[in-house]
Amino acid sequence: MSIAEDSRLAAATPSPSLSRKRERNLGDAEAQRRREQIVKWSSRLGSLVVLLALWEVFGRHVNKAVFAPPSRVVAAGIEMVQSGELWKYLQGSLLTLVYGLAISIAIGLPVGILMARSKVAGYALEWYIAAFNSTPMVALIPLITLVFGFDLTAKVIVVVISSLFAIIINTEQGVRNVDARLLEVAQAFRSSERALWGDVILPSALPYIAAGMRLAVGRALVGMVVAEFFTAVSGVGYLIVRYSNSFEPDHLLVPIVVVMALGIALTAITTTTERRVAPWNRQKDD
Amino acid sequence: MRVERATRTFSAGAVVAFQDMDLDVPAGRTLCIVGPSGCGKTTLLRCLAGLLAPTSGRVLLDGQAVVEPSPAVAMVFQHFGLFPWKTVRDNVAYGLKLKGVPKGQWDELVRPYLELVGLTGFESMYPYQLSGGMQQRAGLVRALALSPEVLLMDEPFGALDAQTRELLQEELLRILERERKTMVFITHSIDEAIVLGDQIAVLSARPGRVRELIEVGLPSSRTAEDVRSSPRYAELRQHIWDQLRPQVVAAAAA
Repeated sequence: MSIAEDSRLAAATPSPSLSRKRERNLGDAEAQRRREQIVKWSSRLGSLVVLLALWEVFGRHVNKAVFAPPSRVVAAGIEMVQSGELWKYLQGSLLTLVYGLAISIAIGLPVGILMARSKVAGYALEWYIAAFNSTPMVALIPLITLVFGFDLTAKVIVVVISSLFAIIINTEQGVRNVDARLLEVAQAFRSSERALWGDVILPSALPYIAAGMRLAVGRALVGMVVAEFFTAVSGVGYLIVRYSNSFEPDHLLVPIVVVMALGIALTAITTTTERRVAPWNRQKDD
Repeated sequence: MRVERATRTFSAGAVVAFQDMDLDVPAGRTLCIVGPSGCGKTTLLRCLAGLLAPTSGRVLLDGQAVVEPSPAVAMVFQHFGLFPWKTVRDNVAYGLKLKGVPKGQWDELVRPYLELVGLTGFESMYPYQLSGGMQQRAGLVRALALSPEVLLMDEPFGALDAQTRELLQEELLRILERERKTMVFITHSIDEAIVLGDQIAVLSARPGRVRELIEVGLPSSRTAEDVRSSPRYAELRQHIWDQLRPQVVAAAAA
């Protein structure tokens, strides 16, 4: 039978994907996946151990008033968690972050799509997008606090301005970069405009949008901390400033580590979500 | 399907893809179009599909001018044109979905074709998990599922290796055996044109014109093996190559 011959041909290519070969190799694949997991986690944890060890060794040789080794940071962290101090300030930060990112996504996706779709919108907005995207947010914060005060609103606005443009720019790129050949396929099969968006344009833009989200998360974190430096007595940014002023580097480093951990966690969440909604992209990562 | 004195130019007439093209494909027959690279074969097919309008002249389907893609026509692409984010099931049912066929009927309509090309069992895979041959089989099923009168094939097997290509030619012949279609098949391969075609149009280098229209003169109901072992095959092959060779040389020099 001709099909059997072809599947043998296909199995000889570098990505063995056809049924019989696949089943036979399932055990091997499982073992390999486990091996990869071991490599992944031992590399991650190994590098962490080395880093902490170096930090500990050097940290102990520096003046206690300006730097602290991990052992003291952990002790300070435990103290701040137990007293409820860390959570009290972190809560405010997380609220700012969630509001800011939600607003950025809610505005960024439609605006990005609009700019890609309408020439007028693209031309009308491109200067401002470029200007805001490249201006350091710090430059705008004094003005924002002047207008909106020092409360949540002002901080959310800083987070939005920090993260919005990454989403707009990536969404626009994604929608623009749709494979022209697939657009022609849709046309040949008599697709309506609406179906075209659902079948072709949005799914093909999805990886770009996800990349925009990853960028936006990083920038939102920066915006959040910087906004808290300048505004009211709240958030992990405030904790950083306060412990810096009181020369307590062990306490100062706790919120910094928390923000870093937050960055790792949020990036992991966006990556996982991306794989969930766009499983066809796995071929590039796996 | 007919083409009447059709010309298509690009860049405001600076590039002439094909000129004064006259073709007639009777219902249920296969016209293969061979020609050197850049002779406007693919542009011609796009005009037949209603994706491009000829600059002058007409394309007719059942006596009606083709101005937009017709529901009676389905196309198969050299690049397969599968959606990477759709499973095989959703890819092959794409035309049905756009036609508004209820989801419950997709499997039933698609199954016979999936079986015919041996894609059964692959329905929930994504295109990247399939070999090129299997991907193009899905492209073929997607077109056939619409039960079109006319199949437009844009070098559909051009991106496949030689063996897979022959298998797909055989499968296509078997499919046409079961349901006669009018087919226009663009190819680079003289062999493929003789194996599949009832008629072969040999095009000249750009601007493309029909240099010769050849009746293959073998029964429509055939196998690839029958064709390749017949004396007519060798004769046609030599003849077409003699026609094509100066065109290919000219196209390469242009």
